[in-house]
Amino acid sequence: MSLLHLAILLPLLAAPFIPFLFRGMKQIHTGWFVLIVPVVLVTYFAGFIPITSAGDVVTETIAWMPSLGINFTAYVDGLSLLFALLITGIGALVVLYSIYYLNKDKESLGHFYVYLLMFMSAMLGVVLSDNMIVMYMFWELTSISSFLLIGYWYEKERSRYGAQKSMLLTVFGGLSMLGGIVLLESMIGSYSIRDMVTNSGVIAESPFFLVAMVLILLGAFTKSAQFPFHIWLPDAMEAPTPVSAYLHSATMVKAGLYLVARMSPVFQESSVWLWTIAGVGMFTMFWGSFNAVKQTDLKGILAFSTVSQLGLIMSLLGLGAAALHYDGMDDNIFMVATIAAIFHLINHATFKGSLFMMAGIVDHETGTRDIRKLGGLMTVMPITFTIAVIGSLSMAGLPPFNGFLSKEMFLKATTKVFSADFFALDTIGILLPVIAFVGSVFTFIYSIMLFTRTFMGKAKFDQLPKKPHEAPIGMLISPAILALLVVGLGFFPNVLSNSLIKPAVESIYPTLVAQGQEVDVHIYFWHGLTPELFMTIGVVLLGSLLFWQMGKWMGIYNRIPHRLTLNGMYDGTLVWSNKAAYRFKDNYMTGFIRSYLIYIFVFLSGMMLFSIWWFDMYRFSFENLAEIAPYEYVLGAVVMLAALAILFMRSRLPSIILLGVVGYGVALFFVFFGAPDLALTQLVIETVSVALFLLVFYHMPDISKKEVRMRFKVGNAIVAILVGTTVMLLSFMALTNKSLTSISEYYKENVYELAAGKNMVNVVLVDFRGFDTLFEIVVLGIAAFGIYTMIKFRTTRRTKGEGAHEAKQQTRQ
Amino acid sequence: MKQNSKRVNDVILQTAAIIIFFIIVIFSIDLFFAGHYSPGGGFIGGLMTSAALVLLLLAFDSKTLANVLPIDYRLMTASGLLIALATGLHSVFLGRPFLTHAYGKFDLPLLGEQTLHTAIAFDLGVYLVVIGITLTIIQTIGESE
Repeated sequence: MSLLHLAILLPLLAAPFIPFLFRGMKQIHTGWFVLIVPVVLVTYFAGFIPITSAGDVVTETIAWMPSLGINFTAYVDGLSLLFALLITGIGALVVLYSIYYLNKDKESLGHFYVYLLMFMSAMLGVVLSDNMIVMYMFWELTSISSFLLIGYWYEKERSRYGAQKSMLLTVFGGLSMLGGIVLLESMIGSYSIRDMVTNSGVIAESPFFLVAMVLILLGAFTKSAQFPFHIWLPDAMEAPTPVSAYLHSATMVKAGLYLVARMSPVFQESSVWLWTIAGVGMFTMFWGSFNAVKQTDLKGILAFSTVSQLGLIMSLLGLGAAALHYDGMDDNIFMVATIAAIFHLINHATFKGSLFMMAGIVDHETGTRDIRKLGGLMTVMPITFTIAVIGSLSMAGLPPFNGFLSKEMFLKATTKVFSADFFALDTIGILLPVIAFVGSVFTFIYSIMLFTRTFMGKAKFDQLPKKPHEAPIGMLISPAILALLVVGLGFFPNVLSNSLIKPAVESIYPTLVAQGQEVDVHIYFWHGLTPELFMTIGVVLLGSLLFWQMGKWMGIYNRIPHRLTLNGMYDGTLVWSNKAAYRFKDNYMTGFIRSYLIYIFVFLSGMMLFSIWWFDMYRFSFENLAEIAPYEYVLGAVVMLAALAILFMRSRLPSIILLGVVGYGVALFFVFFGAPDLALTQLVIETVSVALFLLVFYHMPDISKKEVRMRFKVGNAIVAILVGTTVMLLSFMALTNKSLTSISEYYKENVYELAAGKNMVNVVLVDFRGFDTLFEIVVLGIAAFGIYTMIKFRTTRRTKGEGAHEAKQQTRQ
Repeated sequence: MKQNSKRVNDVILQTAAIIIFFIIVIFSIDLFFAGHYSPGGGFIGGLMTSAALVLLLLAFDSKTLANVLPIDYRLMTASGLLIALATGLHSVFLGRPFLTHAYGKFDLPLLGEQTLHTAIAFDLGVYLVVIGITLTIIQTIGESE
């Protein structure tokens, strides 16, 4: 285990201590302890910058399941390092912010920070794993931790709804992705991403190329909230604001972008790749910004804006694939798309992070996030206002902030479609700059809305739940740092070009780098009177006009009935599938154990008899059998008689005792056949279960005072005889058909050499087949807890009958 | 078990139960340790101990048992599972596959030379889980009204 693996797992390793620190040190906010982890990690990962900017990579492997080709290979190149720095850097700021945001006396911080650390490890694992199965595992872990964090205030119905929605959608995508991973593995015989990149030619020729690509993209699109899967992100805003800033804008939702960037070398030769990603991304960019304008919740605006910005980066990654096909001048003009994608990814993390924290501050200090109630906060919260203005203007793409630079590059990349003569980019492709322009106009409008509606206009402090005042200094540090970065990167964008952006872009274009093409990252403020500059000016003019005339066109949002919206469809599907499941289940779940037993037994003997017939195994001989001793006859007769007698008993107690006789008889058989362990177990089990039966029957209602004999039921008799016959046939055949030599010889020979034991049964239990035992005790534990909860829940339901009814109604909905 | 409305005269059962309880428990511990060489082991040992506890439960009632032995059996189940899992995991940290056991001969005070085996820790987990689940099930069913 190398230091790199340890770094990935450090948050997970730290997590178990958090609840104890939370309980043990009440006077110190738990966040201060947690803060150490991301700070250590960010310094550790910063140490990799010189390595990756020199074009080198670091690989560390530990064998996990080598026989299946699954190894925990950590792999640091430009792209993964960029993400690792984002995760740990923003992580540190968010933890710092959360210390002031979450009250240490009121919130259950133990849970919160455990989930957050779990997420941090998972996310680092996603971006630093080379093996796709390992990456998939971490990927799902991010979904799970996101689910837990969205549902952090689980008393709120909306939180639970949002958590469930995000879980269902992202796990659906994750499972599709797993399918894609398995398909890719079947093509090249390796789960390693690097192997896939080297063998991209093999993958491209496979008949399943498109299927694998679509499945992988489903994973990326659901995670990165691309249309039509974006609907989970706005509902995820029920999470505490630090979580929204961290998971749902800066890191987790970018996992999809990471995946697309990472898989680009594998798929980007295909025109479908380019068009799907560029098209979906561009439409998401428009749709997100269009919907952001109608939101009234500050975090709602930011959520839709995140959707839109993610779409923007996604479309850039798609357009970047064109660089492979472009063979014009030596300066590859489509590389600008990928450079812009990486640059905007960083910028988005800075300005959106600061804006989310700003929204959190406003919520924290005024008690509401509704822009209809807010206004005029500029005078009381000047620092927050400054941060908001910087963040919003950067998001709108205005100079001198970093958002302007990457936005210009984005517009430039879209206009470049005119000079491409492949994949119909110069014909239908013209739509791309048009949609980009419209989307940018709406982006401009909501960015302006964001700070004018909150901080300017008429002050309505009497409508606010709290008296507003400036946030404490600790809460302002993190957003202020991010805002400084927004400005700083705006003026000195080239600080990042060679250290972070260039290595990251190079990892997206391994083939071009191999051909010797130079990735040239130079970001300028002023590049002349270019089309993109005129587009920006147009955006500002049209955006201001529409913002001014807002009341006149807001009506268009009410045109779509809820049933037809994506959210309506999602809700409808949930309700429908619940109903269908209940209808199906009610057909066979009668609530009587006797019916279930009949299902089980009929199925068992049916399967067995069928396979005996199908595989033609119906043969047995009675040669080579041991002599049956007289006492064995006696014992057999006793067991059979006792079993038969149960049927004729009138009350329960004698039945139980007779059942015990059968059990003890079987135990005696074990003694005769030289299996003391089995005999002992059987004896004790019999004793305990007779006691258990007595207990259960003691509590059963006396259905009738005069206990009548059980009626004869033909169906039950047939099932009973069938099962008996099947088992008998099986045991006869087991004696006769021995196709393989018994493993017991191996055990006999090795029990002392390998396991230093003499009792074979026990050594098999704890050593040779210890895994089985481990799972058996787990199953037993689950069974015990299941019985416990079922019975305890029943008693609580009886005392508060209404709660149970309510719970039932909710599950039915 | 709940107290019967009619008082039952079970002096003989109660008196005998107390003595037999200790005999069974001692025997079960012996079974547990004997496991690796002769018949026995965590599963049987655990069942035997729970049988002894069930005997007490039958002779007295669950309240008395809870007073005499204030054990949270659910916690016992969980800790047993954890012990078994930790035993399995220890080898992973030493670079060997999951659930690889280690053993060796040691000279122990009072006991002389004995073989120590990590399997015993695993078996201890099984032992605890078996007692825990048996008693959890019996108690929950017994207590419910």
